[in-house]
Amino acid sequence: MSSTATDTAHGDGHGHDAHAPSGWDDPHGHGGHGAHDAHGHAEPHWLIKYFWSTDHKIIGMQYLFTGMFMALIGGFAVYVFRMQLAFPGMSVPFYGRVTATDYNALVTTHGSVMIFWVAMPVLIAALGNYLIPLMIGCDDMVFPRLNRLSYQLFLISAIVLIYSFFVDGGAFGGAWTAYPPLSAKAEYNLTPTGAPLWLFAVALEFAAFLLGGINFVTTVMNSRAKGMKMFDVPIVVWMIIIASILFMASVGPLIAGAVMLMFDQTIGTGFFDPNKGGDPVLWQHLFWFFGHPEVYVVLLPAMGIVAEVITTFSRKKLFAYKSVLYTAVGTGGLSFFVWAHHQFIAGIDPRMANIFSVTTLLISIPVAEMVFVYIATLFGGSIRLTTPMLWALAFIAEFLLGGVTGIFLGASGADIYFHDTYFVIAHFHYTFFPIAFIASFAALTYWFPKMFGRYMNDTWGKVHFWISIISFNCIFIPLFLLGARGDHRRIYDYTHFPDLMKSGMQDLRILATLSLVVLLVTQVIFLVNFFYSMVKGKKAEQNPWKANTLEWQCPSPPPHGNFPDGLPTVHRGPYEFSHPDRQEDYWPQNAS
Amino acid sequence: MIDTYVPNGSSFAGDIDHVILVITAITGFWFFLAEAVLFYLIIKYGEQEGVRAKYVAGEDPKEKRWVAWPHYITLLFDIYIIFAAISVWQDVKQTMPQADETVRVIAQQWAWTFVHPGADGKLDTPDDIRVVDELHVVKGKTYHFELQSRDVLHSFSIPIFRLKQDIIPGRTVRGWFKPTLTGGYDIQCTEICGIGHGIMPARIIVETPEDHAAWVLALTPTQAAITPSEQPTQLGGMP
Repeated sequence: MSSTATDTAHGDGHGHDAHAPSGWDDPHGHGGHGAHDAHGHAEPHWLIKYFWSTDHKIIGMQYLFTGMFMALIGGFAVYVFRMQLAFPGMSVPFYGRVTATDYNALVTTHGSVMIFWVAMPVLIAALGNYLIPLMIGCDDMVFPRLNRLSYQLFLISAIVLIYSFFVDGGAFGGAWTAYPPLSAKAEYNLTPTGAPLWLFAVALEFAAFLLGGINFVTTVMNSRAKGMKMFDVPIVVWMIIIASILFMASVGPLIAGAVMLMFDQTIGTGFFDPNKGGDPVLWQHLFWFFGHPEVYVVLLPAMGIVAEVITTFSRKKLFAYKSVLYTAVGTGGLSFFVWAHHQFIAGIDPRMANIFSVTTLLISIPVAEMVFVYIATLFGGSIRLTTPMLWALAFIAEFLLGGVTGIFLGASGADIYFHDTYFVIAHFHYTFFPIAFIASFAALTYWFPKMFGRYMNDTWGKVHFWISIISFNCIFIPLFLLGARGDHRRIYDYTHFPDLMKSGMQDLRILATLSLVVLLVTQVIFLVNFFYSMVKGKKAEQNPWKANTLEWQCPSPPPHGNFPDGLPTVHRGPYEFSHPDRQEDYWPQNAS
Repeated sequence: MIDTYVPNGSSFAGDIDHVILVITAITGFWFFLAEAVLFYLIIKYGEQEGVRAKYVAGEDPKEKRWVAWPHYITLLFDIYIIFAAISVWQDVKQTMPQADETVRVIAQQWAWTFVHPGADGKLDTPDDIRVVDELHVVKGKTYHFELQSRDVLHSFSIPIFRLKQDIIPGRTVRGWFKPTLTGGYDIQCTEICGIGHGIMPARIIVETPEDHAAWVLALTPTQAAITPSEQPTQLGGMP
C-alpha cells in the first residue's frame, strides 16, 4: 500500500515529507492545490467552492449532508415496512398499500442505505475528512483531488441506488446481504435491472471509500504537526485509521465477489450457480469476510468519538490511552476471524462453527475492555451533562446491551434458535443505532460549534435526546421479545403463521412501530435545530468546550488552510485535562 | 425461559433453552452491574463548584486492575459459555443418532413439499406420501431429514424444536430431530427467498403412533391406486 501512496503522491504533484503537508509552499493554504490553483486568492464561484472543492472540510460536509439525506430515505423505508408489520394490509399514509415486492425492496434498501450510505459516509468519510487534518494540525489531506474524486464516486453511487427504484421491476429485494442464487438470477428475484444496479452502486461506493481510506492513512502517517508523536494522536483519529485499514484489507474479497455476482446476473456465468458447478455458499464467505470487519469499521470511529466527548466533558484524561489503542488494533485483527458466525446454520461444515464460536466470544474481550475503560474514565471526573455528553454516555449504556446480546448469537448452540429471528435484528440495532446515530449525534453536537462557528440550542438538543433514546428502546426491546418468541426475519405479514399471532405478539409489533414513528418524527427537532443554528445560532468562540485537541486551536469555522497563524507545534498528548501543574483544567496540545 | 412462550417440543430443545438461560444469567449479571457502575459514576462525579477532576492516567497497574479484573472474569465466563454452547451444538448438528425414519423436505419458491416414507418406512418407494406444506411425524421417533431446494436458498425452521437449517440448491443437507410433544405447529422458511418469502408457511403435525398410522393408511390407497402391484407388500409392512 505504501508504494501506491507514494506513486499517487508523485502523480498528484504533491511532493511532501514527514513535516510538510500538501500545500506547504503556502503556509496559509490559499490556492495551494487542486481547483484553487486557477483562482489564486480570489473567492471562487460558490458552485466551485461547494461542489468542486478539494478542501477537506467542504468534502466532509458534502459527505455529511449526503449521508443525512440518505438517512431520510432509509428512515422512510423503515417507516413504510414497519407500518405494514403493525397493520398488515393497510394503506400506509404517504405511501399506499405495501405489496410483498415493495416490502422486500424496502427492507433491502433500509439495510443497505443505513450501513453503506449513512453509517460509512457520516462516521468515516464526513468525520474523517473534517477532523483528521484539523486534529493532526495540517492544512488539508495529502491527496486532495483523490478526496474530491472519492466524494464524486460516492455521490454517483447514491444516485444509482436511488435510480434503481424507478427501473422496470423496481429496486432489488434480496436483502442487503444479497445471497445468491436469489440475487444472481432475475427469474428468482424478479428485479432484472434493480439487482445489477444495486450491486453496481455498492461496488462504486466501495471504490469511493478505498480512495478515502488511502488518503486518511497517508495523511496521518505523513502530515502530523511538528512534535505530534504516534501516542499524541487523538483516539478518534486512530480509530478512523484502524477502521480504514480494516476496510481496505477486507473489501477486496467482496469486490471480487461482487464482480462474479454481476457476471452471474448479466452474462450468465455460474460462479454461484450449483447447476453450473458454482457454489452459493462461496458468496456468503466473501460477503461476511468483509461484512464482519465492516461492523468494526463503523464501530471504532464511533468509539473514538465517545472517547473525545467523555474526556472533554468529564475533564479527565482518557484512562489507559495505550490500552484503548492496542485493544482497538486487537479487535480489528480478531474481526477477520469471526465471519462464519453469520453462517453457523448455513450449511457450512458444522465443525467450523466451533472455531468461529470461540473467536466470536473472544472478541467480546477487547470490546468489553474499551467499554470498561470509558466507564473508568468517568471515575473522579467533573462531569458536565451537555447534549454531546448525554449522547456519548447513552452510547455506552445502549451499546452494552447490543454487546451482551451478541453472546447469544456467537454461542453456536443458542444461535440455532435465534438465527434469522428478530432477536438478531434487535441485537444489531442495539449496536448499529448507537454507532450510526447516537455516536453521530454526539459528534455533530460536539463539533457543531467548530463546523459552523455557532452553537446548537442545548434545550432542544436535550429534548431531542430524551425522546430519541426512549423511543429507540421502545422499538427494539419488543423486538428482542418477538425474536425470542420465534418471529423470523423479512416476513411481510405474520398473519399466515398461527404460532406467531398468539396473544400479545401483534401488540408488541404495534408498540415497536408506534415507537418508530415517534423516533422518526423526533428527528425533525434535530434537523430544525441543526439548520436553524447554522445560520441563527449563538456565535461560538474558538474553543467553546475548553478541549485540548488541535481542531479547537483554530478559528470556528476554520478557514481554508485551517491554521491562519501557521501550523501548530505539539507538546503533549490530547487528554491532559485537570493536570495538577496547571491552573486551568485543560492544556491544549500546542500550548507551550 | 423460552418455553414460557414457545413450547419445548424436541429432545434437544431443552438443552438449547438451558444454554440460553445460562447466557442470560451471565450476561444479565454483567450488563446490570456495568450499567449500575456507569450510572453511579455519572451521578457521583457530576460537576461541583470548586471540585477539580482527578488526574488519572490509568497506566499504573494499580489503576489498571480496575479494568483488568472484570476483564479476566469476563474471559472465564466466555470460556464457560463456549463449552456449554459447543456441547449442545455437537449434539444437535455434529452427531446423527440412529434414525427410525427419514423424511425428505423439498423447498421451492414458495412452497414446501414433504416426502414421507409411507408404510414401508423407506423413501423412494412407490408408497411415499408427498404432501405440500404439511409434515407429519410421530412423537418419540427419531427422524433424519434430507433438505433439498429446487431454486434458491431457503431455511428449514421449526421453532418448537429449536431447529433451523439452511437449504442449499444442488446439495442435500442432512440433520435430525426427535419430537416430544404432539400437536400442530409452525414450520418457517427463515432465509429470504424472493417475493413470496412471507407466504411460505407450513405446519408440522406431531402425532401419536396410532394417529399417524391412521393418517398413513388414509393416504396410502391413493398412492396404491397408481401402483397397484406394490400394494400387498406395503400393507404387509405395516406395524
